[in-house]
Formats: sequence, C-alpha cells, structure tokens
Amino acid sequence: MDHKAPKFKESPSQTAGPYVHIGCTPNFSGIGKVWAEDLGARMKTGPVQGTEIEIRGIVYDGTGTPLRDAMVEIWQADAAGLFPSPGETRGDADPNFTGWGRAASHMDTGEFYFDTVKPGRVPFHDGRLQAPHISVWIVARGINVGLQTRIYFDDEEDANAEDPVLSALEHKVRLPTLIAKSQGKNSYRFNIRLQGEGETIFFDV
Amino acid sequence: MTKSPNPPGYMVRDRARHPKALTPSYKTSVVRSPERAMIAFPTSIGENTGPVFGHEMIGPNDNDLVINWAEPGQMALGPRIIVRGRVLDEHGNGVAGALLEFWQANAGGRYRHKKESYLAPLDPNFGGYGRTITDENGGYEFRTVQPGPYPWPNGMNDWRPAHIHFSLFGHAFAQRLITQMYFDGDPMIWQCPIVDTIDSKEAINSLVATLDMSQALPMDARVYTFDLVLRGQRQTFFENRWEGL
Repeated sequence: MDHKAPKFKESPSQTAGPYVHIGCTPNFSGIGKVWAEDLGARMKTGPVQGTEIEIRGIVYDGTGTPLRDAMVEIWQADAAGLFPSPGETRGDADPNFTGWGRAASHMDTGEFYFDTVKPGRVPFHDGRLQAPHISVWIVARGINVGLQTRIYFDDEEDANAEDPVLSALEHKVRLPTLIAKSQGKNSYRFNIRLQGEGETIFFDV
Repeated sequence: MTKSPNPPGYMVRDRARHPKALTPSYKTSVVRSPERAMIAFPTSIGENTGPVFGHEMIGPNDNDLVINWAEPGQMALGPRIIVRGRVLDEHGNGVAGALLEFWQANAGGRYRHKKESYLAPLDPNFGGYGRTITDENGGYEFRTVQPGPYPWPNGMNDWRPAHIHFSLFGHAFAQRLITQMYFDGDPMIWQCPIVDTIDSKEAINSLVATLDMSQALPMDARVYTFDLVLRGQRQTFFENRWEGL
C-alpha cells in the first residue's frame, strides 16, 4: 500500500473580506465595466426542465444581525438529478441549466436570492440515494474559511427520512437548520445562522 | 462491499493548515464563527463536480487591470506588475481550466467599493478586478499595479499588508477556495491580524508571492510568481458500503 502524504498542501484560506463584490459581483456593486454580467447571476439560459423554484434567505451572525456583506454560492443537480459538469458520467444534464448560482446579500436587508429548479435525487458515495438538496458555500468578512452547508426541502419528508447525511446526524434537534421552508408558490426560505441558538449545521466535506 | 461507479472523491481538507473559525484578534470573526463541530462525510458526486467556465467567456482585457477599467488611452497609476504562476492540485498536477477571479485596492490602498471609507483617493482609471482561466498546464497570468497597504477598522493601528484577493474554481465544488496573495519582503505581513489567523508560518509563506526579475518585462512590469494549490482527489476507486446503515 502507498501511504505517502500528498506532495502539495492546499493553499490556506483567507477571508473574502468586505469587498468580495469587487471581484465576484462587480455589476451588482455598481462598478461593472469589464464584463456585462456577473458570473452565477443566471442559472437558467433557456426553458428548463422540472419545477422552477426560488430560494430566499438571510445569513445571521451570533447577535442575530443580518450579514449585509455575505456572498452565497450554490451548486446542484438539475431536475433529473444530473450535474451539468464533465464529472457527470450518468447522462446529459439539462442544457439550459447551469447548476451554479452566486448571490451577494442585499447591502441593506441582507437577503440573498436564487432563481433555480428543484433538484432531483443523486447518489451518495456508496450508492444510496440522497434526498433532493443543494450544496451551499458561504463567504464574508469575518469568515476565515468558506462555510459549507446544504439546503434540503420541507416537502420531501420521505426522501429526507432516508437521506444518508440527514439520517446519520446525532443531534436531530439541529436537523431543521438544513431544511428550506416552503412559502407556497414554489418559493422557499432558507436562513443561515452562523453562531449561537439555532446555529446551522456546517459540513466538512 | 460494492464498488462505486463514481470517480474517487476528494481528500479531506487539512483543517490544521487553514485558519480556525474563531480568531479573536480578527474581531469580526468573533460573532461570525460557528461554535459547533462541523459534520464530516465523504464527498460524493455533488461535491466531486462543479461548474465549468470556458475560455470563450474571457474578454481580451479581463486579465489586464492596468487598462481594463481605464478610459481609452489611459492607464492605472502605480508600480506595474505581472502576477503569474500555476494552479496545482495536492498531487502536484496542473489544474487546467480553473477560473481565477482577483480583486485588490489601488496603488494608494483604496478599494473601489461603496462601503469603503479610507481617505486615500480612487484612481479614475482603476477598477481593481479581473479574471482568467488556466491553460492546459494550470498556468495563469495577469497584469496589474501593486496594491498599497491600508489601515482598517480592527485595532486602532491595524494595517493590511499589500495583497490581492483570489477566488478559485477547480473541477469540483469541493475545491472551492478564496484566499489572498501577499508580497515577499513586506514587513506588514507579520503584523496583520488576518494573516495571523493562519497558525503555520510555512502555510503563511505559501501565500507570499516571490519577485522574479528574470521574467520582468523590460521597461514595463516586474513579475511576481504565485502558485496556488487546490484539494486533490483520492487515488482509489474502492468505496466501503456502510452495512446496516
């Protein structure tokens, strides 16, 4: 067996800082001039398959104050459970769906927003099916390493009950922090609490 | 045991080399740091894949911050530099097609941002952002002006060393990374509460670009070399099924 350590080590993270918008969402921050549209602003490039949904949320700090300088990214499968990525070997994903979205928190309210589709189910590393979910990555001033979490859905009770990640959680009392709440009309709310009561479950994955 | 049809997952992130979440000398981290332990599980297809960015989306000036925000015929003010290097994975392989986004203060240490209040002036010809995609060997380069250091509200006398922010996409969402590049020889590196969130001096040094005068563009720009490393994949395809779970 080869037990050699990797030759190189991942570059250490540093905070995205308060001015992440300059580089990642310049048009959102009113200084667009170099390219026309911020990356990740549109997840649909044409008519998409499946159920179109919106997700809104706010990232709160440990005092309950909304972060007005966060940037949230999501990555997800299409409605059929396929990823629009070369690493997807199971089939061709919806050509009009990018799977990746990037949103800056509103600079006054702190709300972030994604216009996307309800993802299909995808297998875990061992082949068991996971419940429909969206991978989330959060950066901001004061966050030293991007935080990873997942959005699951409150109208997927049966799938959630057999999801390999959710069902392995020891502290079931924390599970609701991973569940987006339906607001009707295909709109969901997913708030993120960085610290304290109701702290969102973050993943090391 | 069943053999997974999926490609191998990613090696676990070495958290000891990254900053901790709570780093009180960087004050903003105090209320923005999770207190509970993170939950670990192996990467699967949702983490092993990621968005793809094609070279065709990159405009001709996207990687030239000296002119990409300037009025026609004008250029940004400051010491002209080229930053170049490679994006590697933890096995040392170049990561082709990686998207790099970068942003920075101008030569006076001032950011073009509505929430920035430092008294140093804006440069009307400098936006402070750009992007590029690595070539088949993981190589990248961009031209800019060396950013200035600046004071920031933390302690009353805290200054950031000159730095450029980097955002990186490799081939997988598991590799997503944001970090900062510093400049060799800058004494402010070792006085910065944000740099100090990293415990290992070796790890800090991996974020310090080195001057390479042999590559300097005559009568134009000096060259700083800066390599970045993203997480690597495991090298075995075997996956153990968790019987009974």
